[in-house]
Amino acid sequence: MADADAALLDALRAGDEAAFATLVSRYHTRLLRFAESLVPSRAVAEEVVQDTWLGVVRGVHRFEGRSTVKTWLFRILINRARTAGGREPRSVPLDDDVLEGRFATSGAWAEPPAPWADAVDDRVVAGKLAGRVRECLPRLPEAQRQVLVLRDLEGIDGAEVCNLLSVSPGNQRVLLHRARTRLRSLLAAELGGG
Amino acid sequence: MFFRRRRRALVCRDAVALMTDYLEGALTSSDRDRLEAHLATCPHCTEYLAQIRVTIAAAGRVEPDDLSADALDDLVALYHRWRET
Repeated sequence: MADADAALLDALRAGDEAAFATLVSRYHTRLLRFAESLVPSRAVAEEVVQDTWLGVVRGVHRFEGRSTVKTWLFRILINRARTAGGREPRSVPLDDDVLEGRFATSGAWAEPPAPWADAVDDRVVAGKLAGRVRECLPRLPEAQRQVLVLRDLEGIDGAEVCNLLSVSPGNQRVLLHRARTRLRSLLAAELGGG
Repeated sequence: MFFRRRRRALVCRDAVALMTDYLEGALTSSDRDRLEAHLATCPHCTEYLAQIRVTIAAAGRVEPDDLSADALDDLVALYHRWRET
């Protein structure tokens, strides 16, 4: 995918409209999904993503291939969101413990996780749960959602995500941990367990 | 040997707290060994870790929304305007 994207940028540099349309088809709704965690409303998110495409068209000559095209697009989006009054990256908020009350004072589970599936292929379960994940995303705190979307939905590696969001590797892992913990808990509630 | 301090075994709460760092390969080898020793004897934490893995896999399968033909046309029209200015 990365190589195909780089070829698209070469074509875009040469003024190829079809390359622009392909890039938009491939990334517009992904960018929008992430933008919604950066700015306060869907309408602003749409403006910011449109502005991102303008940035791509104007800045395509400056792409040097030091990151993937995907990461470059998300970087432009984040910069545009900041310009548009998006939320500044903040320090990791104080602990929010989704699992509070689940452990005894000894530290052992008082209320252990209810099993999700007995000997079911995990990939099948994961496929069914993907739709639920999409519904649960808006319920994650923004900073957690930003990290989770980039890492687990977009598959961007940890070091790149730290760079994009200007967070330290330790803070990135804390946010990812909280996001996954909360998401698991929301999915468990959907499944009728805990 | 007699004086060597042995680190306390993990309790479930600690094990859960270490799981993301474990999956990220960010634990020291001694913490990794302690977590794996705990998992080997704790079915609840093993189940929890399996659920975290399923959660990650499910997130990786969320498809982006479709882009409507109208929205694409609008952006391509903008592209022409941007190129002219």
